[in-house]
Amino acid sequence: MIKGVSNNRAWLAVVPVVLVVAFSAVVPLMTVVNYSVQDIFDVDTRLFVGLDWYRETLRDPRFIDALLRQVTFSATVLVIEVPLGIWIARALPRDSRATSAFLILLAIPLLIPWNVVGTIWQIFARPDIGLLGVSVAALGISFNYTGSSVDAWITLILMDIWHWTSLVALLAFAGLASIPSPCYQAAMLDGASTWQVFRYVELPRLKSVLTIAVLLRVMDSLMIYTEPFVLTGGGPGNSTTFLSQYLTSMAVGQFDLGPAAAFSVLYFLLIVLLCWLFYTSVMRSEADG
Amino acid sequence: MSWMAWTWPTAAFFCSIFAALITMTLVELRWPTVPRKGWLPLVTTRGDRFFISLLGSAFIHILWLAVTDVHVLVASVLSLVYALLVMSRG
Repeated sequence: MIKGVSNNRAWLAVVPVVLVVAFSAVVPLMTVVNYSVQDIFDVDTRLFVGLDWYRETLRDPRFIDALLRQVTFSATVLVIEVPLGIWIARALPRDSRATSAFLILLAIPLLIPWNVVGTIWQIFARPDIGLLGVSVAALGISFNYTGSSVDAWITLILMDIWHWTSLVALLAFAGLASIPSPCYQAAMLDGASTWQVFRYVELPRLKSVLTIAVLLRVMDSLMIYTEPFVLTGGGPGNSTTFLSQYLTSMAVGQFDLGPAAAFSVLYFLLIVLLCWLFYTSVMRSEADG
Repeated sequence: MSWMAWTWPTAAFFCSIFAALITMTLVELRWPTVPRKGWLPLVTTRGDRFFISLLGSAFIHILWLAVTDVHVLVASVLSLVYALLVMSRG
């Protein structure tokens, strides 16, 4: 702490950010909380119902199913994307002319709008004309993501991996590029194996950047909406209906604003809890290590 | 402000949250926090413990609403006890 500083006018620089956050996040969130305790008939006709919508939502089997699917999906893509992203980052050449080309190639999936990603995979996985669908069918494997829940899940997970592994890879590559070469030279002199170099030289220096990567992926995967909506529409049945899609059908399709608001608050709290748990555990292991 | 669909209970709820935040800020200015390790399995500042109290209280209410029809005020009392434990000994 700097002593003797009496001029705090620098805090005024924070005011625009505070105002933007207030109007873009805090005020809408407060409005949603207000809606969540009322039955909304129209703008002027509302009935206070207390916490009834929360109770109803928490006991709704469709909500619980969507929540389980959401957590399963997020855990699956994280378990695959993080190691795969690190592996790709390690495999990339560091100081070659090809490095830039590889980085641009990796960035391409991240630049594609989400609904376009869904459309690309909708065509790509079609068993009649899609490259993936036709190729799998040529192997004698029955594959139809519109009729089979398992196939729909496989397609969704493949799509998410294709779309987002690049983010982990690019961030991990940035972290790897910042490791000074003497660290590698010292490990080589000690006769460290590839695994030991990764475990004791690279991984500790990647923790901060991986924390950011995984946090972004946790939040994004928990909020996924557009891609599955375009690809499967939540089907077959409800097998790929995640929380966001169920929420949208409730709020926009059925115009149940009160229950949808309660759902939104629960959804928000779930994401906050998971992100906080994850961030805390990573920070704790970093402090211990 | 009518578009925000205020009700007295939610207004009271948010006023109490903002009052707590202002109090925390004033307390921080008067007695800057010192990170410490209590019964929580991590080193926390006063702000961390406040956040953990709020988040934990929210989930106590959620669990309560999910599993029982007993009046939610019981969950509020439990949350208050939990928050006091976290703030004082966490």
